[in-house]
Amino acid sequence: MKIRLIEIAHARSGDKGDTGNVGVIARRPEYYSLLAKYLTVERVREHFRGICQGKVERFELPNLGALNFLLHETLGGGGTISLKNDAQGKTLSSVMLRMELEIEETLEL
Amino acid sequence: MKNSIRIASGQGFWGDLQTAPLDQVRKGPIDYMMMDFLAEVTMSILQKQKMKDPKLGYAKDLIPLFEEILPDVVNKNITVITNGGGVNPLACRDAIFAVAKKLGINGLKIGVVLGDDILNEIDSFTARGIVFDNMESDAKLASIRSNLISANVYFGAFPIVEALQQGAQIVITGRTTDTGLTLAPMIYEFGWQKNDWDKLAAGTVAGHILECGGQASGGNFSADWKSVPDLAHLGFPIAEARPDGRVVITKHENTGGLVSAATVKEQLLYEIGNPKNYITPDCIADFTSIQLKDLGSNRVEVSGVKGRAATETYKVSMAYFDGYTSFSTLTYAWPDALEKAKKADEILRTRLKDLNLSFDEIRTEYLGFDSCFGPLAKFSGEMNEVVMRIGVRSHDRNSVERFGKEIAPLILTGPPSVTGFAGGRPKPSDVIAYWPSLIPKTAVTPKVIVEEI
Repeated sequence: MKIRLIEIAHARSGDKGDTGNVGVIARRPEYYSLLAKYLTVERVREHFRGICQGKVERFELPNLGALNFLLHETLGGGGTISLKNDAQGKTLSSVMLRMELEIEETLEL
Repeated sequence: MKNSIRIASGQGFWGDLQTAPLDQVRKGPIDYMMMDFLAEVTMSILQKQKMKDPKLGYAKDLIPLFEEILPDVVNKNITVITNGGGVNPLACRDAIFAVAKKLGINGLKIGVVLGDDILNEIDSFTARGIVFDNMESDAKLASIRSNLISANVYFGAFPIVEALQQGAQIVITGRTTDTGLTLAPMIYEFGWQKNDWDKLAAGTVAGHILECGGQASGGNFSADWKSVPDLAHLGFPIAEARPDGRVVITKHENTGGLVSAATVKEQLLYEIGNPKNYITPDCIADFTSIQLKDLGSNRVEVSGVKGRAATETYKVSMAYFDGYTSFSTLTYAWPDALEKAKKADEILRTRLKDLNLSFDEIRTEYLGFDSCFGPLAKFSGEMNEVVMRIGVRSHDRNSVERFGKEIAPLILTGPPSVTGFAGGRPKPSDVIAYWPSLIPKTAVTPKVIVEEI
């Protein structure tokens, strides 16, 4: 079935220089395995193409049912150098949660 | 030893909700209040203020704030810890002493942490072989040395602990880590040692939860923002800490907002890198060890935190001048709002090119369309209006200034139905860029001074 990430996760994002961080958290404990399985570095890199110019890193926090992504070269130089309206990456969480995923499992959302 | 202390978050950044520290000292019991004032480039702004007036260089908001809260702080025996001393903690202390005098308060002890400001010693450090390479880009300091504005070492919790041991009821620091402001009272009250890595990590995690104020208690909450009660009266978070390192995150009763496992998780993930290596001057905390238990009634227990030995270096936060920027906006209305805004951008860029101006970057975004989503923005039918936002950056001030003169003419010489140009020509602003680096811990020593009025 096709789902939107926002249906199974919530998120918060921020900045470290030119790198954006997006923490993605499972809405229910059982959804964490879906995040771990489908929200791969490749899928996230593909989704953020044109926004993230650098590498994508993924870290797992199973204890919180969460993944942390670092999106390098994403904020137009970051800090006061950046000319972006969202120089601090505050809305990268929304961009992430809008992602559509095709999953094998059947969920009742 | 107390078996529990309540540490309140009073401010998550300079300019945060002004009523938050008042509510924290008045709406329920607390033992400590921490207030974080310093973002990465704040020190450079304060350094500039100090260059103009040697009595400035700290968070001036602290003074009217202390006029309001000092009687509560003294009567209820609350200890206040803040890094709002900026680049001039001594002047900040003197201004607070003046407030105390005005209010007729005697016997108040204020501690100050000094030694983080190394701007005037940079060349002697480099002569001794400390390189200050940019820890993100590996660039050499020499490339920006002549434009350096500020340089501050991030100290941790232990200098604050020393001030508390000397009896300070208010502790004013310069560049101290946000987490150290919360960790320090736990070390002091519970007698934690410098190698109690798990406990130091537990206090550091609590500090990370408190350091952004209302972001842990229902503010900016993406899971279910509509369910958060009474955001207008959002209660800032409070950490109830215990000697074994367990912490309960909560907030005062009869305040708005929400403390739940979900709100705490969002804050835990905010602006972290590798969760196994959350590095502070005090320890390395492992965020993959954190266990949360939602106790209900706005209480979340944080336990199980593991830590490792601190590194041999302090982080140094430097800021340097790096050219100029300017921004402007114009609003285009239906019909063809986006098409018109894009045409205006094209006209403007042609005119800037004809003038032979020099820019490092010109960026145009369309607010209401793509400023958050970039190339992922989907065009879904007719737009009522769109805001063209254009920014330029250059090391040539004249080019940036001239850009400001090219905006208003677009209204009468470009596409129709445009408004929203107010406030005069946009002016060039200085770009203050950030330069993170490292220094051996042995090279600098924090200095603690406690005095009584």
